[in-house]
Amino acid sequence: MAADKHYKSLMKSMFLIGVVVPLIPMVLVSGIILYQSRVSYKKEIRAHLEEVIQKSTEHIDRFLEDKLADISMMADTFNFQQLTDEFFLVEMLNRLQKHYGHVFSDLEVIDDEGVRVAYAGPHKSENPRHLKTDWYREAMSTGYVISHMPSGLADIPFIIIAVRKNKMEKDWVLRTGIDRDVFSRVVKETVTGRGGSAFIIDRDGQYQVGSIHHIDHGERSLMDFLGITEGARDIFMVQRTDGSGHKNIYVTGFLKGGDWALVYYQRASEAFSGLIKTEMIALTVILIVGLLIVANTLSLSKKMLRRIQQADKEKQKRSEQMFQTGKLASIGELAAGIAHEINNPVAIMVEEAGWIDDLLEEEEFQESKNLGEFRRALRQIRTQGERCKEITHKLLSFARKTDSRIETIRLNELIEDMVTISAKRARFSGIIINMEIKKDLPPIEVSPTELQQVLLNLINNALDAMEKKGGILSISARLEEDHVVIEVSDDGVGIPEDNISQIFDPFFTTKPVGKGTGLGLSICYGIIKKLGGEISVRSVIDKGSTFCIRLPLKGSGKNNVEEASRILNSQQ
Amino acid sequence: MYPVKILLVDDEIPFVKTLTKRLSRRELNIITAFSGQEALAQLKKDPDIEIIVLDIKMPGMNGLRTLEEIKRDYPLVEVIILTGHSTVDSAIRGMRLGAFDYLVKPCDIDQLISRMQEATEKKRRLDEKWPD
Ligand SMILES: [Mg+2]
Repeated sequence: MAADKHYKSLMKSMFLIGVVVPLIPMVLVSGIILYQSRVSYKKEIRAHLEEVIQKSTEHIDRFLEDKLADISMMADTFNFQQLTDEFFLVEMLNRLQKHYGHVFSDLEVIDDEGVRVAYAGPHKSENPRHLKTDWYREAMSTGYVISHMPSGLADIPFIIIAVRKNKMEKDWVLRTGIDRDVFSRVVKETVTGRGGSAFIIDRDGQYQVGSIHHIDHGERSLMDFLGITEGARDIFMVQRTDGSGHKNIYVTGFLKGGDWALVYYQRASEAFSGLIKTEMIALTVILIVGLLIVANTLSLSKKMLRRIQQADKEKQKRSEQMFQTGKLASIGELAAGIAHEINNPVAIMVEEAGWIDDLLEEEEFQESKNLGEFRRALRQIRTQGERCKEITHKLLSFARKTDSRIETIRLNELIEDMVTISAKRARFSGIIINMEIKKDLPPIEVSPTELQQVLLNLINNALDAMEKKGGILSISARLEEDHVVIEVSDDGVGIPEDNISQIFDPFFTTKPVGKGTGLGLSICYGIIKKLGGEISVRSVIDKGSTFCIRLPLKGSGKNNVEEASRILNSQQ
Repeated sequence: MYPVKILLVDDEIPFVKTLTKRLSRRELNIITAFSGQEALAQLKKDPDIEIIVLDIKMPGMNGLRTLEEIKRDYPLVEVIILTGHSTVDSAIRGMRLGAFDYLVKPCDIDQLISRMQEATEKKRRLDEKWPD
């Protein structure tokens, strides 16, 4: 349970670190970049709109000035008499309309009393007096006028342009009307292609021309809503939420010397659509990357956790194994200690028994009726002493098995040593040892004590097989590619076919009870396997057996015991 | 030339004593020593010793070192190792140092005697080759 908790918190911290570490800089950097780009984009849009409005106001101003110039020139070119001739005036209007289209809707000549003298246009039947109108008074005082839309008279379909002229001490005024639809179109044209709308108001907030329908300025006055102040002359932009909840931008520029304001307005979402689109893409990308990071981190930390868990398990298993081999090694040491000491007291017992046996030869004992029993008991002591020797030998084999330090050795020397040890016993049994060992065998990496044990075991088995009749023991060693092949052959009794398959099994033995534990060949098998080699046997009854060992030159020796004993020593 | 003179070296006193009795009963001429130093002293004193039966694990000077000294000073004396210490390593080292044979206790007395005879035969052959 504690381990589970540990893994869970490990997973949590791995995940958090994996997500937070890349996300924080990503969010910071992209946030800064987005903010900067938004600021600069807005600045650019604002500059662009201001430029458009600047051009529009100039354009509209020029349009009006051109029309004023036209009228002014007409008044200069023709005299009062000519212009008060209604046919001539109609002709003039026709010429203007032919030249400019229906920009000019009528022409009127007015005397200094404000009375119409001549008229050409669609409103001929009326006979208005202009004396009290603003535009007439302004024209009389300043010499020309481009009129505001008169308040309350929004149905007048044109903008008035008038010039004052002088004829023999008496002033007169030439007036024309600029078609409001045409003017409206001029205003509209200046902002076409931008998606927004434009209108013109005067200083009092009075609507002049253009489309104003979408503006819902609520309870505030239009001027206040648009942010137009008394002395303002420069182009400016504001952003406002209108009554219906839409965010709009309003760009205001002034024309006609500041008398009129041209207002261009557009939905903010439309004006900044490029920015919004870019931001949406950026945010989407950030979101996707974020999700990817999260998903990736999740799967990575899961994978890592599994690895860690597996490694922990393996480590535990290894340390258990190490403990086992360490235990085995110390048991081995103990076994060796016992084996070294036990033979001496046993030898004394056997010698004492032998001495009694010797003494039984004396004449005085020959008469004893238990002489046979004495002899049998003494023989038994000798046999059991031999058995003890056998056991200590096995114990030492076991101890040696735990000493598996890998060294680079010369095989020739090792085999010769083993033969030297066995030579006397062989001669005693009338066995000839025949060695065929190639002189040029390369050094090999094995545990020498283990290989010695294997060879001694095989040689002893061969000698056992030939003990009764004598024979030839052949030992050969040769190189086959990257393996050394060692063969130990005898021409003894051979191994029955039924036994061959079990010959390397532990505790399988054909020797009489007390003669062998059957561990010998299984130990050999284990050692050779551990050294990365193979051991096999061929045998024919009454013809002999051949044991064949194949060992790699480069040992694959797993050196558990050495490591284990090192750990044991370091703990002491 | 017979009987042959044999030196028995072992730190196990009861073993030496009993074995001496048994071998003497078989008309062998036995001298004893209970340590390596003692064995070397005996050799010095008695140049007629032809065969030495030597233990390996002894306190003080061990059998292998004793064997080394014997072979250095008396190369013609044959040494049979008889020990309870039956590791392959010590057997190999004993044989390399020039021991005639290596026997592990407990050892059949007839086997021991036959090895002694073989050793004596070998020694006498060599003595004939290189008479003093
Ligand atoms: Mg001893």
